[in-house]
Parts: sequence; C-alpha cells; structure tokens
Amino acid sequence: MKEELEKRVVKGPDGFEFTVEPLQDYYCAEAPRAHLPVYSKIVEGLFNWARAESIWILGFGTGCGAIEMRPLMTPRFDAYRFGIQWRPTPRQANLLMISGYLSTKTLKRAIRAYEQMQSPKYVVGLGSCTINGGMYWDSYNTIKKLDDYMPVDLFIAGCMPRPEALLAGFNDLKKIIKADKAEGANKYAENFDWYKANQKSVIKDWDMPDYNW
Amino acid sequence: MHKLYENLGKIIPLGEMTLQRANLAFITLDRRYLRSALHHLRDVEGYSHLVLLTAVDWLEEDVFQLTYLLSNRTADMDVGLRVMLPRENASMDSIHDIWPTAATYQRELREMFGIDFPGSPRVNEEFILEGWQEIPPYRRDFDTKKYSEENFAHREGRVTKDPASHMKELLYPDRGQ
Amino acid sequence: MTFEWMKIPYSLLTLFIVLNYGLLMTAIIAKIGARAGRRIGIPFYQNYIDLLKNYALRSKITHGYMFYLGPVFRLTGGIGLLLFVPTIYGSEMFSNLSFSGDLILALYFIFFGTLGMALGAGESGSPHSAIGISRGLSQVTMAELPLTLAVFAIALQYQTLSVTEIVAAQQGGILHWTLFTNPLAVVAAMLAFLGSMMRPPFDVVIAPQEIPIGPPTEYHSAYLALMQTNRVIFPVAKIVIYMNLFFGGASSWGEFAIKVFLLYLFSAFVGVAFPRFRVEQSIRFFMIWAVPIGILSILLV
Repeated sequence: MKEELEKRVVKGPDGFEFTVEPLQDYYCAEAPRAHLPVYSKIVEGLFNWARAESIWILGFGTGCGAIEMRPLMTPRFDAYRFGIQWRPTPRQANLLMISGYLSTKTLKRAIRAYEQMQSPKYVVGLGSCTINGGMYWDSYNTIKKLDDYMPVDLFIAGCMPRPEALLAGFNDLKKIIKADKAEGANKYAENFDWYKANQKSVIKDWDMPDYNW
Repeated sequence: MHKLYENLGKIIPLGEMTLQRANLAFITLDRRYLRSALHHLRDVEGYSHLVLLTAVDWLEEDVFQLTYLLSNRTADMDVGLRVMLPRENASMDSIHDIWPTAATYQRELREMFGIDFPGSPRVNEEFILEGWQEIPPYRRDFDTKKYSEENFAHREGRVTKDPASHMKELLYPDRGQ
Repeated sequence: MTFEWMKIPYSLLTLFIVLNYGLLMTAIIAKIGARAGRRIGIPFYQNYIDLLKNYALRSKITHGYMFYLGPVFRLTGGIGLLLFVPTIYGSEMFSNLSFSGDLILALYFIFFGTLGMALGAGESGSPHSAIGISRGLSQVTMAELPLTLAVFAIALQYQTLSVTEIVAAQQGGILHWTLFTNPLAVVAAMLAFLGSMMRPPFDVVIAPQEIPIGPPTEYHSAYLALMQTNRVIFPVAKIVIYMNLFFGGASSWGEFAIKVFLLYLFSAFVGVAFPRFRVEQSIRFFMIWAVPIGILSILLV
C-alpha cells in the first residue's frame, strides 16, 4: 500500500493531532445501486435509440487491441459517421473497450475507470484474450475470463479483429442496446459482492475504495 | 573480434569467447573484472551503447548468467559479456553509474529473477508486477501453467485446432486426405 | 416605462430558432471539415442525438453546489448574450430585449460564462480542470482585450452604445459596413474572435490531446448536456454581435443564416490550417499584434 494511503496520525497546523485513514475518510463507502429504467416503454425506446446512435468510447487502450481502434478514426474506416466518438475522461464515456489481454495491473485501473462511468454503460471485450485467455492462457499475469470481473455486453473474437470486424461489432452492440438488453451497469450493481470478490482474488494489493465513485 | 579479445585479455583474465558471427561475440568473465572490462570497452574501444542487460537461468548448473550486450555503432560490432552468478542469493555490482539506463534493466531483473543490485536507484520498487507474493516468475522452477490454473477462472470448452486441417475440412470437405 | 409582454414569447422563438440553427450548423461545419479530410463525417443530426443521450443518462455525480455553476453560468451567458441584442434588424418581432446600453451588457456576458466555468471546474477537484482553468482564464482575458478596444472605437465612431443604432448606421449598401469605414477595429475584433472560438491555434485549453479535455473533465450527463447546449448557442450569439457591429447586421433570416455561417466558417478555416499555440505564445500574440491595432483604431477615430 502506498505510504499516503496508510492510516496515520497527522498533526494539524494548530498543533491538534488527529488520525486519518485515507481509504475510509476521503472516499465514499457506499455500494452502487441499480438505476432501472423508469420511463414508459416508448420513451425508453427513444432513449436507447439515442444511446445506440451516439456511443462515446473511453479513450483507454488497455492492451494490444487499441491499435485496431485507431484506424477507426482515419478516413478509411471512419467510425464517426456511426456516431461513435472517443472521449478522454470516464465521466463522459459510455463504452469501455477492453482491447486485448488484461493484466492484473491494468485490471485495477480498468475497474477504476469503469466504476467512474455513468450509468447506463457498456463493456465490449475485444479479442480472444478476453474470452478465454487467448494466447496468454497459461500466463501468470493476465485474466482469462473477462465477465467474471466486469459485466460484458459483447465479445468480438479474433487476435486481433480487423477494423471491419470492429465496425460489425459496433453494429451488433447497437442492436443489443436498441433491444433494451444492454443493462450491464445494473447487473454489476446487483451482483456487486460477487464481482468484487472475483476482482479482489486476483488483485493482490487492493488500495482503492470498494467502489470508485 | 580476435583483436578485441587480445586487447581485453591484456588487462583482465578472460574466459572463453564464442564467435557467433563476424561482428557478434560472447566473452565469459569473472564478476570481479566486469566493471574494468566495461570501462575499457566503452572508453577505449568505442562500445558506447549498452544494448541490454538480461539474465539466463541455468537451472541444471545452478547458476544465473548475466549478459551485458554492448554495441559499437560506428564499427557495427557487438560484444556480449557473460557473468555467472550462483543462484542462491544472487547479487551483482550495479553499473548504473557507467550507463544510467542500466538502472531500469536491473530493476526488472530484481523483480523477475530475484538478482539483487545493491545501490541501483529504486531497485526494490515494484516494476511490472504488483502485489506479487510468489518466487520471481522468470525463474525456471516457477510453474506458470500451474499458477495460472490455480489462481484464475478459466472458461471451459477451450479447444485447440490445427489451422490448416481445420480450414481444409471447412472449405473442401469432399477432397481426400 | 412600459414593458411589452409580447417580447418574451418572441425572444423565446428567437432562442429556439438559434438553437436549432446552431445544432445544424455546427454539424454541417464538422461535416465540411470531415469532407476536406476525405471522410464522410458525422450525420447532420448528430448533435441532437448527443444532447438527447446526455440528458437521458440515469446517474450523475455532483461535487458540491458550486459544481452546478459551471453549466448554469455558461448557459446563462449564452442565452443572455443572445436575448439582449437585436437579432434581425428592423423587425419588431426579433429584436429581443435590446435596449440602449446593450453594447456594454454584451461585453459583460461574453466573459460571464468563462468565469462560471472556472468556478465550477475548480470545485470538481480534478487537477486537469485546474490546469485547464488557469490556461483558459489567462488566454480568454488576453483575447477579450482587442475586442473591448474595438468596441470602444466603434462606440466613439458612431457616438452611441446601442447596437440597434450601430446597425442602423451601417445600412445603405456594403460600403457602409464598419468593415470598410473602420477596418482596424474590425481586424482587432476578428483576431479576438479567433481567440475565443476554442479552435486551433488557440484551443490548448480544451484540446483532448493536451490535457484530458481541460475544464470540462468532470462534467457528465445533464451538466455536460447543458454545456453542449451552450456550446451551440454562445458562438451564434457572439457572431450575431459581430455581425451587428462590424458587418452590417441582418435584416432577414436568410441574411442572418448566410452571414453567421460564413463567420463561423472563417474560424473553422483558420482552425484547420494552423497548429496549436501554447498559452504564453497566444498571450504574446495578442499583446503584440491585436492590442496595438485596437489602440490604433481608437486613436484614428
């Protein structure tokens, strides 16, 4: 654990001493709750159509698949005409693409990014390594099955899938969203303890709050 | 290359030289003479580039072999210096004052092999692995498959196919063997 | 004095027209930029979908009461800027709530949004926001200075502080525009225009490759949707002011559409041709080039 996250006694400027435990005091300790659709079916259908036509991807290339996302910004494949944009901050993004192998070190950061995104949010696993470990199936450092740690809406198989395959995958994701079936965020909130137990079993040095609001 | 071996042999006692190509040779040294060899190669012979510092685990002979690969860019020649260390409590002098980039290589070797380099900056900090509690993973007595099967959930139904025969069955099922 | 209540629905109608025009125009200009780069580009209705999606997000995180100030002040600045200057000259319906001192009020509202953004983004606590704000405020302050000088020059030239009268003095043919009667003021003001449109070469504040988006880093869902709504209203309102002060105003919606489009395209042209300035370089640029031209324009009036 980093030194600044340990429980320690701090002396204030007026000489008053107090204990501070950063992980408890500086972060919100609530568990997430599920945000269920509240409007009528037609309105939710309209909202889901809007969410599908305007997918904002978090610009976080977690593995080697990020190199297949970059051609989508170029004129040849042009994902912008499908309403897809890349955003640099998880607060503004809806879709987290786990592109390729996920080492435990990156898994900790990906969880932090995923939990900071706002509901409704989606996860797409890109490449075989997210499905069953791919070519790193016997590695000591990568995870083998992504949906034990995060709720995944779509897997795109391949090592690496070409940009055309990614575009076809986005099309499938749009169909899933428009059919009201992409409720990964609610699934995460409802099975929060199970996901958290899985995550903590592979991430040995957990120095984050349980849910990163 | 032989000229280099002669010149170097005048200063320090050397082990054998393995000539892999006309411009690539590996020379085995004792660890006490490594720093003088590095200084001589860098300052006199013009091997100014430390290409890499890596280790090989000879489990059967119970030694670690450290390889310092140097390159003379103007003459396009490479020489690798091999140093043998015992596997128990392996440690070696740090060369970060000769080449500052060696500090990163030494950090990696400390974490992945367990070879200590006392005095190297930040050598005990976590580098690639976080929260690692087993033996250093690049050692050959670490069974990575067993570790992976015990610690990670695997998806069942994994099947390995030979690509050529699979595609042949798919595309041309009626052709013979 | 009497207040005509009929003005309020007409002002809201102007706001509605400008909002839709802004949403479509920004998408079309983005599409033109994309076509110039041999891409197909976003669909022209994409801004509507983005806004709808952001308003319809189900959760939001607030960092405190001042966090609301960012989008609220920004939107107030944008709408206020639009509603207090006449949009269509000569039309009773669309001259909004303009009055005889509205030039100074317009100058105030241009800066108002940035100030609110700084307060709100500072409350969000992200270090990227803090860096973005310090850069943004310094740059916007310097970029507003030539505009203020140009506005003084215009006010001295036309001896009035009411935008309606300035537009009236420019009627009667193209050569009566301020562009030709006081070109130095127009040059200073157009440089200030480039500085505040958040496009290259002056977009270091908000560029995603510089720092993750700068001040709006922590803003999401409805907050971001409000800021996006402002992002289409505010430039159009600013261009309306520029149009009224320097380019002869618009006496019909068609003329309005063309002039606003061309002025916005001017900033887009400059934007695609130039790389980014650092903050100190852009401050130096405004100090060396734009401010002396502004001062000169006042002296020559």
